[in-house]
Amino acid sequence: MESFEVTKKDHDDIVVLYIKGYLDAHTAPVLENQLQSLIEEQRYKIVVNFKDLAYISSAGLGVFMGFIENIREHQGDIKLTNMNPKIYRVFDLLGFPTIYDILEDEQQAIVKFAR
Amino acid sequence: MSTDKITYQLKIPSQTDNLELIRLFVSAVAAKVGFGPDDISKIELAVDEACANVIKHAYSKNLKQLIELAIEIDYKKISIIITDHGKGFDIKKLPHGDVKEYLAEMRVGGLGIYLMRALMDEVEFDSQPGVQTQVKMSKYLVKADQVELVQE
Repeated sequence: MESFEVTKKDHDDIVVLYIKGYLDAHTAPVLENQLQSLIEEQRYKIVVNFKDLAYISSAGLGVFMGFIENIREHQGDIKLTNMNPKIYRVFDLLGFPTIYDILEDEQQAIVKFAR
Repeated sequence: MSTDKITYQLKIPSQTDNLELIRLFVSAVAAKVGFGPDDISKIELAVDEACANVIKHAYSKNLKQLIELAIEIDYKKISIIITDHGKGFDIKKLPHGDVKEYLAEMRVGGLGIYLMRALMDEVEFDSQPGVQTQVKMSKYLVKADQVELVQE
């Protein structure tokens, strides 16, 4: 059975979420709940590392759309990193690179938040 | 190579946990026809999007309903026909135009439709509300411009 997991790591006030597996309409609520918890904890500097993500559909992209406005209103951001070309293509086809900060690796995102 | 059309069919309950099975089914047939990994990933995503729309919108998460998939293959293309008997929709109201403008309005719901159109060579919708809705998506094994190159 294909699965989806989110794990979390703290870098001071920045949270890095590692997403792994298959992110579709079935598993998107897992990521949605995780982001919702962060908002409730008023954690608004979020990096999502896609290194181990094998698949994404628009349901997964929709999760980010659902939170980005609120997060930016609180001077935060969701920065996306370490996408493989197959995953990046989906973001690119939908024009997401104009809305989201998509970076090569996690460290770049952390440095940008720290500036 | 045979020019006969072959059809593979799958009827599956309208549940999001079946999207994985749907992707595996479509990918396996696309691989059998001769598509490469890049095209297979496009086809499986387009079909996932169409089926996720059926589960969420047409059947409003009623798990007892069935999604019907028919995959037709011939020597030049694969066509996937997804049929539901849910509530249907007005084709004229489907999202269209530039996806960036759509995104700028922070709208989410129609992203799957944009992806389907971007990933496949042809996408057609036919909805008769209360009767049935069909989405037919096709991808060619050899694109028209490549055929011209071969002929030259």
